[in-house]
Amino acid sequence: MSDLSYVRKEMLSQQAAPSTSVGVIGWMRENLFSSWLNGLLSLVALYLVYSVLSAILPWVFHSSWTANSLQECRQQISTAYGPDAHGACWAVIRERYLQLIFGFYPSELYWRPILAFGLALLALAPVLFTGLPRKMLQGSLAAPFLVPWLLWGGSFWIPVSAALGFVLGYVAFRVVSSLAGSLLGLIAAVAAAVIWWLTLASAWVGVMDGVIPLGIEAISSRNFGGFMLSITIGLVAITVSLPIGVMLALGRQSNLIIVRAICVGFIEFIRGVPLITLLFVASVLLNYFLPPGTDFDIILRVIIMVTIFASAYMAEVVRGGLAALPKGQYEAADALGLDYWKAQRLIIMPQALKISIPVIVSTFIGVFKDTTLVSIIGLLDPLGLSNAIRANAAWNGVVWELYGFIAFMFFVFCFSMSRYSMYLERKLRTEHR
Amino acid sequence: MTTVSDAPKATFRLSMLIYDTRYRSMTIQVVALFAFMLMAAWLINNTAQNLAALGKPIDFGFFTERAGYDINQRLIDYSSNSSHLRASVVGLLNTLLVAVLGCALATVVGVTIGVLRLSKNWLVARIMTVYVETFRNVPVLLWIVFFMAILIENLPPPNAFRGADPAASMLFGDSVALTNRGFYIPEPLFSRGLGDISIFGAFNVSLELLAVLAMLVGGFFAAGLIRKRADRIQEATGVRPTTWYLRLGVIVLPVVALLYALGFYLGYPALKGFNFQGGIYMRNSLIALWLALSFYTAAFIAEIVRSGILAISKGQTEAAAALGIRPNRIMSLVILPQALRVIIPPLISQYLNLTKNSSLAIAVGYMDITGTLGGITMNQTGRELECVLMLMLVYLVISLIISVVMNWYNNRVKLVER
Repeated sequence: MSDLSYVRKEMLSQQAAPSTSVGVIGWMRENLFSSWLNGLLSLVALYLVYSVLSAILPWVFHSSWTANSLQECRQQISTAYGPDAHGACWAVIRERYLQLIFGFYPSELYWRPILAFGLALLALAPVLFTGLPRKMLQGSLAAPFLVPWLLWGGSFWIPVSAALGFVLGYVAFRVVSSLAGSLLGLIAAVAAAVIWWLTLASAWVGVMDGVIPLGIEAISSRNFGGFMLSITIGLVAITVSLPIGVMLALGRQSNLIIVRAICVGFIEFIRGVPLITLLFVASVLLNYFLPPGTDFDIILRVIIMVTIFASAYMAEVVRGGLAALPKGQYEAADALGLDYWKAQRLIIMPQALKISIPVIVSTFIGVFKDTTLVSIIGLLDPLGLSNAIRANAAWNGVVWELYGFIAFMFFVFCFSMSRYSMYLERKLRTEHR
Repeated sequence: MTTVSDAPKATFRLSMLIYDTRYRSMTIQVVALFAFMLMAAWLINNTAQNLAALGKPIDFGFFTERAGYDINQRLIDYSSNSSHLRASVVGLLNTLLVAVLGCALATVVGVTIGVLRLSKNWLVARIMTVYVETFRNVPVLLWIVFFMAILIENLPPPNAFRGADPAASMLFGDSVALTNRGFYIPEPLFSRGLGDISIFGAFNVSLELLAVLAMLVGGFFAAGLIRKRADRIQEATGVRPTTWYLRLGVIVLPVVALLYALGFYLGYPALKGFNFQGGIYMRNSLIALWLALSFYTAAFIAEIVRSGILAISKGQTEAAAALGIRPNRIMSLVILPQALRVIIPPLISQYLNLTKNSSLAIAVGYMDITGTLGGITMNQTGRELECVLMLMLVYLVISLIISVVMNWYNNRVKLVER
């Protein structure tokens, strides 16, 4: 029995997988040609990719970087690549990239916007990346005062006096709320800060300038332009709109009918009209709404309107976060005996904001993209500058290079931000499971 | 011995306005209302003072004055002798035109791309990802001017179509001409037409269009009845009659018959003089705006569709199969109704975004309502306040209508929970 010759005694060595299911061929069979329809689709897609790349790549690389005008560009390209070659004139980017980035900001002061945006990034870092030490958040508080000062310049005491308003408000809140309760404390805080800013602050700045003249060269916002302008508008709008948006969202969720009606009306009105009409308001109407004789510059007006616009959207984002919180969280806060503001500050907001961070980031991307609209009312953002550059006789007719560069820059900014928000989403999801 | 004392008599003290939670909410609301009204009064007072100083009180009379400017893309009759009001209406119709065209194209492109992004084909899925990321991360205004530049720089001028051996030729058997001034497409004409009907003495609407629309609506209604009957038969007997050809026929046949009765034919554009004559003329600004808005919004719609399909778990398909439902009915009875519930609300808000973004028409010179009322009319009459407020009101009404529709739909498809 035991010597049955057809029973194999030792294991056979494993055979290699068929060559059609491993390696490049196997991958292609599985992912590109799994059925005849898929194969057809792949071929069509390949042809599409080929035709797009064969149209664009030669144009991108048969280019001139050194010319000083469009004519010179065309000459250089036709001598280098033959008379039929169509090439990009990247020379316009080489000559004007600083202008596209900084607008007409004085070139010897470029360090200021760079430092300001670096500071802003540093201040945002502990908010964006939870791995960083929480202590950094205290440093972030200084950024809203330092960044505008670096950008616009002027006396150092202006940002200090603005910050002093908040300090005064805080002191007033502590003193009054210990005497007469938190509601009166809040009112006293707001009153103290507003009185300081409206009446005493400017006098105080004058006095301090007399005693210790400390300041940097003031730059008028007329000189702002290019990506610096876009980033300034976007950054200010998003930082200011977040607290306003939180307040609006709370107002919309509150039980107080009148407060809720005001908030809903504001949010729906702003979200119902296009941004361009709000920019029209900034450029032609805002002066009607302010006391006669008030006149401040167009960039500030635009920033105000974009901020209002972003606040309404932010309110809806935060409301989404509030709605996503389980009802038990509100009830648990009530059960602990926390009052409304304590519950919001300690229980609700930290969780609601954490849920909505990805959407906040996409709102920021949206606002940043929308800053291009300011070119319609005549500000020199990158798109407005590209028209200004084409108005120059040397570069008249340069279209694709400028649009391509601007699109590329926006893509880099927005794409990296959207990747960041996806990273956040992934991280938050694992935390909840 | 203890005595039970009465509860303390509730006497109202002024401090209770702040410390008693029953009254505090009242206090806060009154303060808020007061502050709001104060703010509004301040703004209105400022506006009144400023307007008085400039000597131009609020007056909407300019709407009846002669506009004095031409609008070259229009849906209703208009000349420079028409009033500013009519110019605004032309602009509003242009806004709606580009919004409707844009929503339609964006939906088609967006759904296609969203589905293809989920394709098992590696190359196709990657290409669609590149499309979505490219269009989402570049501002829509840039896309609009970009498409305009493509049309102007890359398409032939009308005179390239001239001569024995023209540099450019028309498409689809000499029926469509793509030029750098715009597209010329065939127009529907009727040899036995019904004429126009005048509404309010202001607009002429062609009766043929109304008749065709009525036929279509009737056809869809009849198709709905046939489907309901099929449902009833299925419930009674368990066998569903095949009705798709009936439903298709009841929609298509009456329309075809009507078109034949009216003597329907196409009017082709033809080169006469320096430009094409006849046919429907779509200016390059309209085309650029339409394509840019559609392709931009399509990227967002693709993401919405993709996430909507992914949101339906595989168990739903399997459960439906286990119940013995056939694959094509699984799609229409189980997957789509659930996916649509996820897809439709953000989809409608994308339509709303597209409509609001159509106000960027002003960048390429398409005369939508922002270009007429908020552009030339405002500059000519100097009535900034009135024009911008009216402009906002128009957009607000459009938005409100769309969101009413959205809420109605949401309530209709909302899951009835415990």
